[in-house]
Amino acid sequence: MVQVKMHLLVCGGTGCRASESKRLVDELNAQLQANGLADEVKVVITGCFGFCEKGPIVKVIPDNTFYTKVKPEDAEEIVKEHVLKGRKVTRLLYEDPETKTHVSDSKHMEFYQKQVRIALRNCGFIDPENIEEYIVRDGYAALGKVLAMTPAEAIDIVKKSGLRGRGGAGFPTGLKWEIASKNKADQKYVVCNADEGDPGAFMDRSILEGDPNSIVEAMAICGYCIGATKGLIYIRAEYPLAIKRLQVAIGQAREFGLLGNNMLGSDFNFDIELRYGAGAFVCGEETALIHSMEGKRGEPTIKPPFPAEAGFLGKPSNVNNVETFANIPAIFLKGWEWFSSIGTEKSKGTKVFALAGKINNVGLIEVPMGTTLREVIFEIGGGIKGGKKFKAVQTGGPSGGCLTEAHLDTPIDYDNLIAAGSMMGSGGMIVMDEDDCMVSVAKFYLDFIVGESCGKCAPCRIGNKRMHETLEKICQGKGTMEDLDYLDNLSKVIKDTALCGLGQTSPNPVLSTMQYFRDEYLAHVIDKKCPAGRCKALKSYVINADKCMGCTLCAKNCPVSAITGDKKVPHVIDQAKCIKCGTCYEKCKFGAIEIR
Amino acid sequence: MSNIKLHDSQIRQIKDICASYGNKPGELINVLHTTQGVFGYLPEEVQREIAKNLNIPVAKVYGVVTFYSFFTMKPKGEHAISLCLGTACYVRGAEGVLDELKKQLGIEVGQVTPDGKFSLDCLRCVGACGLAPVVLIGDKVYGRLDPSKVKEILANYR
Repeated sequence: MVQVKMHLLVCGGTGCRASESKRLVDELNAQLQANGLADEVKVVITGCFGFCEKGPIVKVIPDNTFYTKVKPEDAEEIVKEHVLKGRKVTRLLYEDPETKTHVSDSKHMEFYQKQVRIALRNCGFIDPENIEEYIVRDGYAALGKVLAMTPAEAIDIVKKSGLRGRGGAGFPTGLKWEIASKNKADQKYVVCNADEGDPGAFMDRSILEGDPNSIVEAMAICGYCIGATKGLIYIRAEYPLAIKRLQVAIGQAREFGLLGNNMLGSDFNFDIELRYGAGAFVCGEETALIHSMEGKRGEPTIKPPFPAEAGFLGKPSNVNNVETFANIPAIFLKGWEWFSSIGTEKSKGTKVFALAGKINNVGLIEVPMGTTLREVIFEIGGGIKGGKKFKAVQTGGPSGGCLTEAHLDTPIDYDNLIAAGSMMGSGGMIVMDEDDCMVSVAKFYLDFIVGESCGKCAPCRIGNKRMHETLEKICQGKGTMEDLDYLDNLSKVIKDTALCGLGQTSPNPVLSTMQYFRDEYLAHVIDKKCPAGRCKALKSYVINADKCMGCTLCAKNCPVSAITGDKKVPHVIDQAKCIKCGTCYEKCKFGAIEIR
Repeated sequence: MSNIKLHDSQIRQIKDICASYGNKPGELINVLHTTQGVFGYLPEEVQREIAKNLNIPVAKVYGVVTFYSFFTMKPKGEHAISLCLGTACYVRGAEGVLDELKKQLGIEVGQVTPDGKFSLDCLRCVGACGLAPVVLIGDKVYGRLDPSKVKEILANYR
């Protein structure tokens, strides 16, 4: 048998696949074949490496060489130089933006140095469609350990670990399991919430694509603890790759006797089914999710009764989020003492964040609780794109808030973020720079909420609509000071009276931006100006006569002929005709057009 | 009621789909997913057939179809264009791309071009935030877009 000497790991996550990583894999295999290396070097399609900004990524094992933005055409050089001759292809290595030097391997990249990977421990290391690779990395060993304990002992370990729900609210997981275990019923259910709906969040998808087996194992552990024999994964239909990999993982687990009857020689039976979402943000709320799984409209209902008492088909059900489950096997393998030694006093372990927006290193990261926003944004995230100035970071998606420079040194945990007026949420983290208008951002989230409100309760259905209209009015330059008070009052009413979590948190983006960026609201209302130059109705394009060369390019391109002037004489824009399309601004070669 | 008449073979197809889920009302969403996969959309007549097979009121089927954004009662274009309006794409200029798409296609969001070639929709986050802003045409993802690239991309499909 020929021993595999080298592995080429290629990211097969959604982001990298969109940049042709599939064709890259074919090309690498063809090159290896052509050079007679097919037996010695193995190409593995893995889950997300997290460094999505520079995808597709190829990582070489054992030397950890980290190639970025690899194109199918680069395969030949990688094989001929690196694989055959042991010479790294320097031009494909990651270049440190500050020192401008190429970094030889992933261990020396600042992006990875501050990270601690528990939930993402296997993402980017294993072939997610091969259960044996998971088993080699201690997969299903945790389940074996748990089956040798009593359910109460196992629940006690989860409780002591201090793990809290990673879906956003942060409810203690061990306590949730204990409540579900104590409710007596002929049938109970373990439900995995994989309805990741926050715009800009892709943590759960990456875990499911990169390490689906860990979720299967964790659900089986949960089933044993609470006395359930059936598991259901509620997953978005928009995640076809994650669905496929889960199906493969479940199928292989059944073959290996790791799902089904008498698992690992015990008398415990457990199996998992998939249920598909159909595009409704509110279904991330657990009661709505359960109704959707029953084939109904995904409308939430008042709690109590909690799902732990009466959930799916009226039976006790324990609902946990994907990332919460991903932590479970690690807790049993390494012990609750280890897990609870990471993080802050009340928030243990790590948190996965999807970094996106105006940041250099867009990607998926996992850091210990208590890491500061500054470390995440400026060290791991590599700072703001294009050398612009940091303005705000939005955490918690449509339920969260915008935090400012003043919060950059706040250690991230559940309680600190809530105290600062935002929330942990599921882990989306959108960075904004000086060009982003915070009133528009608040309007953007409200627009999302208005579209996604299920319409069952009036505060959310009507209140958010009114909020959206008021914000629109302000962005149009028609806002008044009374509108700001109106927004503030309405926000409080919606928070107090909405039926479910979606409605109760929906005013957060408005409240937090009004609190921290009040001057921007005032600029819109009083001065009728948008300081970031984002709000179309409030900006005007003006030609700076000192810079204008009279080249006539702007006048030729203006779609409404609002620009006039003779050749070689500074031009003028007729504000009454201008439709603010920005064409002149883009076309001018002399930077003479200014936005005011 | 719209004026589509289902063929007997189509009625049988719906019947088979419902039967494959045991005609259980609880499987309604799965039935709708599969049916839309076959027909491309879910017109009223199809919903009536599903209601009959699952033995539930049509209103219930209609309620579910209209609740979830994934289900549509209108046929999509030959090339379904979906623009991501997730937050990451939004802050990286997706609105400008949308305006250009509307201009080039001459349609609004939710509409189909008169020749049936393109339909335009917005969706919330495909999770390729590293490539923001992102547009999907069919299954193909186009990333790192700006308005100036729209015309060129559409040309591939015209």
